[in-house]
Amino acid sequence: MTATDLPMPDLRTGTELVPSIAEGETQTGKDFSSDQEVRWCPGCGDYAVLKAVQGFLPDLGLRRENIVFVSGIGCSSRFPYYLDTYGMHSIHGRAPSIATGLATAREDLSVWVVTGDGDALSIGGNHLIHALRRNVNMTILLFNNRIYGLTKGQYSPTSEPGKITKSTPMGSLDHPFNPVSLALGAEATFVARTIDSDRLHLTSVLSAAAAHRGTSLVEIYQNCPIFNDGAFDAIKDRDTKDDAIIPLVHGEPIVFGTGGGKGLVRERETGAIKVVEVGTDAGQVAVGDLLVHDAHDPDPSTAFAISRLTAADYLHQAPIGIFRQVTRPTYDDQARAQITSATQAAPGAVDERLTSLIHGGDTWTVA
Amino acid sequence: MAKQVKQLDRVIIRFAGDSGDGMQLTGDRFTSESAVFGNDLMTLPNFPAEIRAPQGTIPGVSSFQVHFADHDILTAGDAPDVLVAMNPAALKANVGDLPAGATIIVDTHDFTKRNLDKAGYDVNPLDLLGDANDALGSFSVHPVDLTGMTVEAVKEFGLSRKDAARAKNMFALGLLSWMYGRPTEGTESFLSRRFAKVPDIRDANLTAFKTGWNFGETTETFVVQYEIKPAKMPPGTYRNITGNLALAYGLIAGGVRSGLPVFLGSYPITPASDILHELSKHKAFGVTTLQAEDEIAGVGAAIGASFGGSLGVTTTSGPGIALKGEAIGLAVMTELPLVVVNVQRGGPSTGLPTKTEQSDLLQAMFGRNGEAPVPIVAPQSPGDCFSAAVEAARIAVTYRTPVMLLSDGYLANGSEPWRIPELDDLPLIDPAFAVPADDGAEFRPYDRDPSTLARAWAPPGVAGLEHRIGGLEKADGTGNISYDPANHDLMVRTRQAKVDRIAESLPPLEVDDPSGHAKVLVLGWGSTYGPIGAGCRRVRKAGYDVAQVHLRHLNPFPKDLGDILRRYDKVLVPEMNLGQLSMLVRARYLVDAQGYNQVRGLPLKAADLAEAIGHLVAEAEGIDVDLSAATTEEV
Repeated sequence: MTATDLPMPDLRTGTELVPSIAEGETQTGKDFSSDQEVRWCPGCGDYAVLKAVQGFLPDLGLRRENIVFVSGIGCSSRFPYYLDTYGMHSIHGRAPSIATGLATAREDLSVWVVTGDGDALSIGGNHLIHALRRNVNMTILLFNNRIYGLTKGQYSPTSEPGKITKSTPMGSLDHPFNPVSLALGAEATFVARTIDSDRLHLTSVLSAAAAHRGTSLVEIYQNCPIFNDGAFDAIKDRDTKDDAIIPLVHGEPIVFGTGGGKGLVRERETGAIKVVEVGTDAGQVAVGDLLVHDAHDPDPSTAFAISRLTAADYLHQAPIGIFRQVTRPTYDDQARAQITSATQAAPGAVDERLTSLIHGGDTWTVA
Repeated sequence: MAKQVKQLDRVIIRFAGDSGDGMQLTGDRFTSESAVFGNDLMTLPNFPAEIRAPQGTIPGVSSFQVHFADHDILTAGDAPDVLVAMNPAALKANVGDLPAGATIIVDTHDFTKRNLDKAGYDVNPLDLLGDANDALGSFSVHPVDLTGMTVEAVKEFGLSRKDAARAKNMFALGLLSWMYGRPTEGTESFLSRRFAKVPDIRDANLTAFKTGWNFGETTETFVVQYEIKPAKMPPGTYRNITGNLALAYGLIAGGVRSGLPVFLGSYPITPASDILHELSKHKAFGVTTLQAEDEIAGVGAAIGASFGGSLGVTTTSGPGIALKGEAIGLAVMTELPLVVVNVQRGGPSTGLPTKTEQSDLLQAMFGRNGEAPVPIVAPQSPGDCFSAAVEAARIAVTYRTPVMLLSDGYLANGSEPWRIPELDDLPLIDPAFAVPADDGAEFRPYDRDPSTLARAWAPPGVAGLEHRIGGLEKADGTGNISYDPANHDLMVRTRQAKVDRIAESLPPLEVDDPSGHAKVLVLGWGSTYGPIGAGCRRVRKAGYDVAQVHLRHLNPFPKDLGDILRRYDKVLVPEMNLGQLSMLVRARYLVDAQGYNQVRGLPLKAADLAEAIGHLVAEAEGIDVDLSAATTEEV
């Protein structure tokens, strides 16, 4: 088999081909709210994300009719009903494949996928990794509450081992996925993590994700007050969050902990990422020697190593921010480019070309 | 020497050899030569699922049967008049299908101890020719060292012995082309094109082909040349075409006639992959093909594209349909156009990937959760796959529904002369996209066209038509989520009524009842059209009456089907399954339809069908039926 050289990466932003609102026109969050009553449980983290998204969409300056939200099945997948854009609430796990078809067929749309840990990582795991490797221009919001909500409280593929649920009365035996590690392993071009309750951070990550041309995966830690309440307390509680959250800022040394007392270094011998004390005393590491976060590194190894600092059991530690943001040609741009070049190379009216096609080479005529 | 020329009205030739011997190509070329010559023809390729099954074994045998005639024919023929066998396994695997008096041309080169063992021959059957215990005694056997002569003929090109021997199929083709007076220019230019980059191989194949021809002309082994005059066909321009190719062209035509870009989401599967391959070549028609990560993603992407205003298509075979079921249900619920192509193969499970069957009709009809009616369209011959695909696109777009297009392995790989249609004769398909109301009234995505019951189709990008759809039950009109019992009942009935409404757009059925006195009706669908038609012809030739109706639309049934069925005393439904259409018509029309069912992975045989029809005619008319005058003759 032979291969052909494909075009260079497209440096346009994720929304460059999507029509913008006219100059002078304004949009507000209200324009993006549909008339449907929101039906999540009181206290659900989904409310905060919905509010943030409704508040943030006007900032994109895109025409509302060119925005599409596609979801699968689960609590978070009700999301599209509450946004006055185009939307499809599809079937369990398949939203990435539906969005792939839509985004490939229509370059003028801003396509968003809303999914959960069960939808994206269990039943739809295959579609997720293939969307990421194809790098279709869309943004995937993965609401991770580490539990099955809509089916009423079974463990999910991100639940901690040993979790007692209705389907695991003696404790879950499953080893959990780390969604960020999984996405990096699938060579996703944009991988980030944020928290439902931190609107500022959530909005900044969503802005960067929307601007990225290619598949953006944003894991959003989201509390389920009914079936998994408190799962993210360590990273939300005023007293513990400074030690639990490892903030990632591109180009900055990775520092966390109360007063910036902790940091990350890469061990020379093993390549592993280690948490160290920051300072000038013996046994401490100077700020200048800490690992500087490089989200643009073409090699995902360091980003992957950082993602491994996420606690697999109770979430007492988690890096938050943009792990990786690199440029690679997108599937949909290239698919459309092939069609454009084939069409340009075939002049003539379509009817004539079709007639010629179906005649083929060897015909004979019966009078 | 002067050769005798004998006139024939039809011949069935089967080329058989090892999987790697190039028998499909040989048959294909012979078919093209015959098509260009003007014979009517039908072909039946038959090959193992393994790409290279163990060499020299019976499971590794690949064959290609072509039936060509000076009159219109309906099938690839029940039994070959001529068998070309390239090795002992090919002889052993096919000899049982030959009628007494058939001609066998056999390549003696591979009749070695080792290959005879592999084929399960204790003694070389060629050694016994003419003996008292000659197993081939009832045939006219011509042992020829095809391989040896090929290797000798292409010596000058300095190929390895293996490469030289590989041209033996072209030697055989040349010999058969001489024998039946086929035009050779097409094959010569084909070989020149195909091997343009490897001049040695090209020249070896051309030389083998010509040497085969010359051998026929000069050898004393073959003393008769046959002539089969061109068939009288309806006026028009013709080409030879396989079902998968015609189906791919039909999908492109569906896009052109609707003005919609075609979007294919597909996962490779035998015997449907060739449609994916073909459509991938036609990006210049705006056709997007996505080879998905699995069957579900293939249909998912097609649904996404349909939501975006494309003609979404997914192609697969039965096992793939099983996986796509939930997504097809989503397309039923969201009422989006979608063409689902099932090139049926032997089942269940992985079944017989390269063999044909019609056993997915009930799957197409009922294979989803809930009341999820899906229209079903079936082509009846390879060339007919074109217009069946256009029809599937018409229904999908007009009625906003997934449509199941049921081809099968026999249609997919079989070929026939196809009268190329004029584009203007194909239906114009109107996508009738929704437009915002002049008075600014809120858009209601589930408002319906009163005549078709089709809902409004509003791809994203139009201000004022923003809406959300999905798999949850929809409120009538608004399309909002609704759990209201009365609304669900209404919507279930409405989706069914919409599919039923398609029958209003169908032409009356064609009843083939030449005498008008038949008491027996044969009802079929799909690729059994040819064998059923041939069976009916035999019965009629013997002087009896029988009527034939063939269904293109399996769901909904044409409106006049019930009346037609009731006009006949007996209804016979031949199918390559255990009685799926007969179950549907019995349930629907309360008629005592009787099945004729075979699931051998092969097309039904005209002779068997004639006999089954004859039995029923005897019963219905209270007479003795004697078909002996007609059954020996292929029609």
